[in-house]
Amino acid sequence: MKRFVGFVRKEFYHIFRDKRSLFILFGMPIAQILLFGFAITNEINNVDIGILDQANDVTSKEIINKISASKHFSIVDIIHQESSIESIFKKGKVKAVLQFENNFGNNLIKEKQANVQVLTDATDPNMASTISNYISSILKKYQQELNENISIDYQIMPQSRMVYNAELKSVYMFVPGIMTVILMLVSAMMTSISITREKEQGTMEILLVSPLKPFQVIIGKVFPYIFLSVINAVVIVLLSIFVFNVPVNGSLFLLGIESVLFIITSLALGILISTISATQQTAMMISLMGLMLPTILLSGFIFPISSMPLPLQVISNIIPAKWFIIIVKGIMLKGIGIGFVLKETFILLLMTLVFIGVSVKKYKIRLE
Amino acid sequence: MMKDNNVIQVENLSKLFGDFAAVNQISFQVKAGEIFGFLGANGAGKTTAMKMLIGISSPTSGKATVAGFDVYKETESIKKNIGYMSQKFALYDDLTVKENITFFGGIYGLSKKQIDQKRCELVEELGLQEVTKSLVASLPLGWKQKLAFSVSLLHEPKIVFLDEPTGGVDPITRRQFWEMIYKAAHNGTTIFVTTHYMDEAEYCDRVSIMVNGKIEALDTPKKLKEHYKTDTMNDVFLKLARG
Repeated sequence: MKRFVGFVRKEFYHIFRDKRSLFILFGMPIAQILLFGFAITNEINNVDIGILDQANDVTSKEIINKISASKHFSIVDIIHQESSIESIFKKGKVKAVLQFENNFGNNLIKEKQANVQVLTDATDPNMASTISNYISSILKKYQQELNENISIDYQIMPQSRMVYNAELKSVYMFVPGIMTVILMLVSAMMTSISITREKEQGTMEILLVSPLKPFQVIIGKVFPYIFLSVINAVVIVLLSIFVFNVPVNGSLFLLGIESVLFIITSLALGILISTISATQQTAMMISLMGLMLPTILLSGFIFPISSMPLPLQVISNIIPAKWFIIIVKGIMLKGIGIGFVLKETFILLLMTLVFIGVSVKKYKIRLE
Repeated sequence: MMKDNNVIQVENLSKLFGDFAAVNQISFQVKAGEIFGFLGANGAGKTTAMKMLIGISSPTSGKATVAGFDVYKETESIKKNIGYMSQKFALYDDLTVKENITFFGGIYGLSKKQIDQKRCELVEELGLQEVTKSLVASLPLGWKQKLAFSVSLLHEPKIVFLDEPTGGVDPITRRQFWEMIYKAAHNGTTIFVTTHYMDEAEYCDRVSIMVNGKIEALDTPKKLKEHYKTDTMNDVFLKLARG
């Protein structure tokens, strides 16, 4: 035990004396969560749009008023001829243009149908489709108001309600994802680097010749990172609760336990990486390319797994992050208990055992 | 278990990698308090043989005991009784002199009191008083080497294994280093040393020369020179290595 304490103290000296690892450990998580929380968003607010009102009648005016009253749009340009639409798009002044046809109001009353064209700048496809949806819904609402006193036969009225994230805040989706990415980064990359560093320096050999058993060396190396990762997880949860108002609807205790499990999974991966790489550089490259990218792209963090092509959907199953994100979303947003995440927990546990098993095997072969 | 004061006893020890015999049926004994030079060209099998003796690689066949313990079954006991210093003088660069001593003393299970006492002796002996709180990274190579050697002796091992301990060090520092080795041997520690420098081979009590996995010669430097009718160990080595 005393040897273990001495070993862990040494690890902390390494960590606290290396500014680079300190930054990765503490600067990065906070920077990332703030960046993702504030800067990256799927919501649209104050999108600049232009209006080409060829009708210029009461009805078109009313619609324009509704749009400018919404917080999603601000009308920055009123244009007068069709030919200038392209030029304002090119200048990047607006993201969308609304074009009302001649006699819009008259057509609506007399012919019961009138056209308004919604042109959106689709260089950013997600944004374009969101804008177009928002405008359509404003138009639909206006139409309903017009029809209030008239009864139409056979009408389907969808009543949608967004559960678990009523305001559709994107930070709700980023917090679980970022937490996953950071825990993975800190645990897997930092441990694999710190173990390979011992190999590179030749100190690993000295440790193996000492009476310490190999598993004691490894546990001594990873223990500080469990501790630091837990601190990171706590910081992230606190930031999301107090800065971004993301609720933790489920049990904090369960969230803690699951986080520790995921940290251990990542550490096991880190150990595995260190057994196959001889230098710190290799360990870092494998961690970044082999872990970070799949964790961000294939885990369902940003891109929904269900809309991926089948081969990628299959691959996503072996990404530990995918399962942890499901668990964290479930606990934080849906408030579910352990009963609903048993499968995911079990998968993480199994992955951890496999990683440790393979590492032990590799390690033994290397010693032979 | 120990015969005639032999602290290392090796009989027909082999290590195969597939069909290739990195170490091929070597046999030798090292006496207590001896400085034993373990020579050979790169790839002759020195390092593989040494790894088996220090308990981090297990032999394919043959028998060997180190400090009276079996290299197959009692590696734990071997590790407690030996010291090891590699050619990289592996200390932690980002730890201070004092922290390195405390750490390595700690993993060998020394008490805090023992470590403090050892540290004072060691710092005094090496004249490191000024730099105990400096990071090892800031020390000159020669100091690191001496410190690494002293650290490998902290737990008072019966045998210390030195793997090319003088690589990249200037001749004066090498000379000083060998004085430290003599002193340790004088205090009863057995020294098992591999080296590339043939002048250093002359400092050993006995040397063995390995060629292609086998020990081709083993005697005192003086007798080896007589036997091969040369003036220097360098020539002995060249005659053997070239076949």
